Amino acid sequence: MDADRASLSARGLRALTYGVPLAFLGLFFLYPLAAILARGLRSDGGVASPLDVLTDPLTREVVWFTAWQAVASTVLTIAVSLPAAYVLGRYSFPGRGLVRALVVVPFVLPTVVVALAFLAILPDGIERGWAPILVAHAFFNVAVVVRVVGTFWAGLDPRVNEAAATLGAGPWRRLREVTLPLLAPSLAAAAAVVFLFSFTSFGVVLILGGPGYTTLEAEIYNQAVRIFDLRAAALLSLVQLACVAVTVWITLRLEARLAVAGHLRSERDTLRRPRTRREKAVVVASLGGLAAFLGLPLAVLVERSLAVGGGHSLEAYRALARPTSAFLATPWEAVLNSVLYASMAAVIAVVVGGLAAFAVAAPRRPRFLDGLLMLPLGASAVMLGFGFVIAFDEPPIDFRASRWIVPVVQALVAIPFVVRIVAPTLRTIDEHQREAAALLGASPVRVRREVDLPIVGRALAVGAGFAFAISLGEFGATVFLARPDNPTLPVAIFRFLGRPGELNVGQAYALAVVLMGVTVVSVYLVERMRGPGRGWI
Amino acid sequence: MLRVEDVTVRFGAAHALDRVSLDVADGEVVTILGPSGSGKTTLLRVIAGLQRPESGKVLLDGLDLEAIPPHRRGIGLVFQDHALFQHRDVWGNVAFGLRMRGDAGGDIDRRVAELLALVGLSGYERRAVSTLSGGEQQRVALARALAPEPRVLLLDEPLGSLDRRLRDRLLDELEEIFEELSVTAVYVTHDQSEAFALGDRVAVMRAGRIVQAGTADELWERPVDEDVARFLGIANVGDGEVVRPEAVVVRPARDRGDGLVEDAVRTGPLVRLRVRLDDGRRLEAVVASVHHPQSGARVDVEIVPEGVVRLR
Repeated sequence: MDADRASLSARGLRALTYGVPLAFLGLFFLYPLAAILARGLRSDGGVASPLDVLTDPLTREVVWFTAWQAVASTVLTIAVSLPAAYVLGRYSFPGRGLVRALVVVPFVLPTVVVALAFLAILPDGIERGWAPILVAHAFFNVAVVVRVVGTFWAGLDPRVNEAAATLGAGPWRRLREVTLPLLAPSLAAAAAVVFLFSFTSFGVVLILGGPGYTTLEAEIYNQAVRIFDLRAAALLSLVQLACVAVTVWITLRLEARLAVAGHLRSERDTLRRPRTRREKAVVVASLGGLAAFLGLPLAVLVERSLAVGGGHSLEAYRALARPTSAFLATPWEAVLNSVLYASMAAVIAVVVGGLAAFAVAAPRRPRFLDGLLMLPLGASAVMLGFGFVIAFDEPPIDFRASRWIVPVVQALVAIPFVVRIVAPTLRTIDEHQREAAALLGASPVRVRREVDLPIVGRALAVGAGFAFAISLGEFGATVFLARPDNPTLPVAIFRFLGRPGELNVGQAYALAVVLMGVTVVSVYLVERMRGPGRGWI
Repeated sequence: MLRVEDVTVRFGAAHALDRVSLDVADGEVVTILGPSGSGKTTLLRVIAGLQRPESGKVLLDGLDLEAIPPHRRGIGLVFQDHALFQHRDVWGNVAFGLRMRGDAGGDIDRRVAELLALVGLSGYERRAVSTLSGGEQQRVALARALAPEPRVLLLDEPLGSLDRRLRDRLLDELEEIFEELSVTAVYVTHDQSEAFALGDRVAVMRAGRIVQAGTADELWERPVDEDVARFLGIANVGDGEVVRPEAVVVRPARDRGDGLVEDAVRTGPLVRLRVRLDDGRRLEAVVASVHHPQSGARVDVEIVPEGVVRLR
């Protein structure tokens, strides 16, 4: 409000909502980014120019694979998800809410767990390569398509379809000429998000890719950690950043279109019970197929964690309490570390992301802010981790030894999600409510506390839950930064996988099951807190 | 006393308010009457401090309010859409302003009960506002605005969204409440009967200007121009002349008569007659009888000279 500008507390509030997120992003995002840029463009002793890395056939191969696997993953994900999206978008049935909630579980599962699940279920010979990568990406991103497209579908007026039928269009014509064009904005938005996640996929590719199938993200890790060519890693990071920035830009624009298309009807008017036997069969088959696709790998994962020697036992779980040579701690300590780090990260993400949401949702604001706050969404996790390594390893800021470094980088990954959850709720608050509070004597800060906070409290709690789940499974950035005596769960699983021996593999599976359990519980609590939403997150 | 001095507000190139001045004495209710888009709401927002004027001043008891933010002005506003806090119950809404000024718990409870009694909602303290009817929500909004005893109460078409019968009832109640508390108020409406019923004075707004202000009788007696006359509900306007309908006397024709009743419409106790004179002119007349000339009847028409207003 104009009049508020005069008051000091309003200015203080503005400084807080803009200053904290900008300072945080400046120090922990832009500064490491600058470090990567500097490292990539510096010629070390004139060995090679940056162009050599960029024109290397290997680089071209990596970029090509990254791109086509992302496209193929997107197509596969949509194909797998559409039947369930249709069922959720057209029918009401008992347990519909539960289905909507359960479908999110794979999305928040740690990449390492998903990769392990597919290692467990796929027969030898095809367990590594491009095919399992695509399938794992589809497994992950089903939630995005089912929730975005399904919810949008549920908002379409069924009478439009009925009108087409009375004009002589058969079922296929109606699908092609009415439903699909109407769904197009939601399909495009969902596809863009899936493409983005598949393009920046790391854990899945690292574990399931095998030799010859490496994405930009995995190659950055290879160059930085295995070959120790920091300059090549930095240059690849820049390529990655450019590609991702374009994708994010397109994604945000497509999502904005989705919001404009929003003359959506209430689900109460559009959904109906499946009536005929055929409709019931469609519902059961679509959801059953999805349940098998999502449930089977996880079931096999649990089975593998129990399979030790010839029979089944809890031996792998018991071994978790014993010291291991894989890292300098017992596996159970990794569980505690993960929960502790993820809690700290969730607190940071909610404070910084919550303030950022207030800034983004303000009625009048500088436009560039939206983009800036969404930038970390575009920065891949591996790039963030790598950036931290080269930015904070020496004075002036020697941060690598700090225990805070892992929660900070995890929070950075989670912040865009918190903003995306909280900002829409803030935007729904009628400006008149704030004005009414002000006229009743509430100062600007008090207005925030009395009007905004109670309304947005639940969204903040949901954001905290998601931040916790995301941090718990965060692998790409954490793998650079977690120290051997303080590994997180995904890092511990990865270390076990790299070692021979049945017990090591068994322990990896057992830890994955533990990680899955903690994640599912936290997501369940989150889903119970939130009401029905339109977005995918 | 509230004084608005030469206030101008522009949205882009368009004037929302064009050098508006207005005085409201203590205990006086001034209604602002105007069509939508005439700047009524903007005027209220300027007084409340929600909109900064481009030029001009708002003074309260001689004090310039420019530097005082809305929450320290002690001015209450009842919004057209109520703007109730959906996340609080009735008590929480009415108590809000009392909590903001730091009242003690017991005092707050007493005052909330008092106000709910005033608006006829005793015992509603724990009801969720979403379960209330439109009229009840409007009463809560009024109680909420009155609770912290604002120095000036602003009301932005508070009855706009209600049906007619409920509106008439609430109008009576508002009148009583204003009287009882001797509230200083500015009441915005586009409804002439509301404006006349509530306002000690009525200010007619058009295109960002106050074109005429005065008591209801003054306005009715001497509308300043054709548009104001029409907006007040006078149909006999034209040729620089306004003929008030009650000055048109219509009787059944004794002989040939002067014209023909085209239409007779009852509006409450009065009947509006539309008469076409034989020279082609049309006149509207009002009669207060059940034995009025019917549509199609020939009538004698006489115009009382005091009822004719010549416009400059």
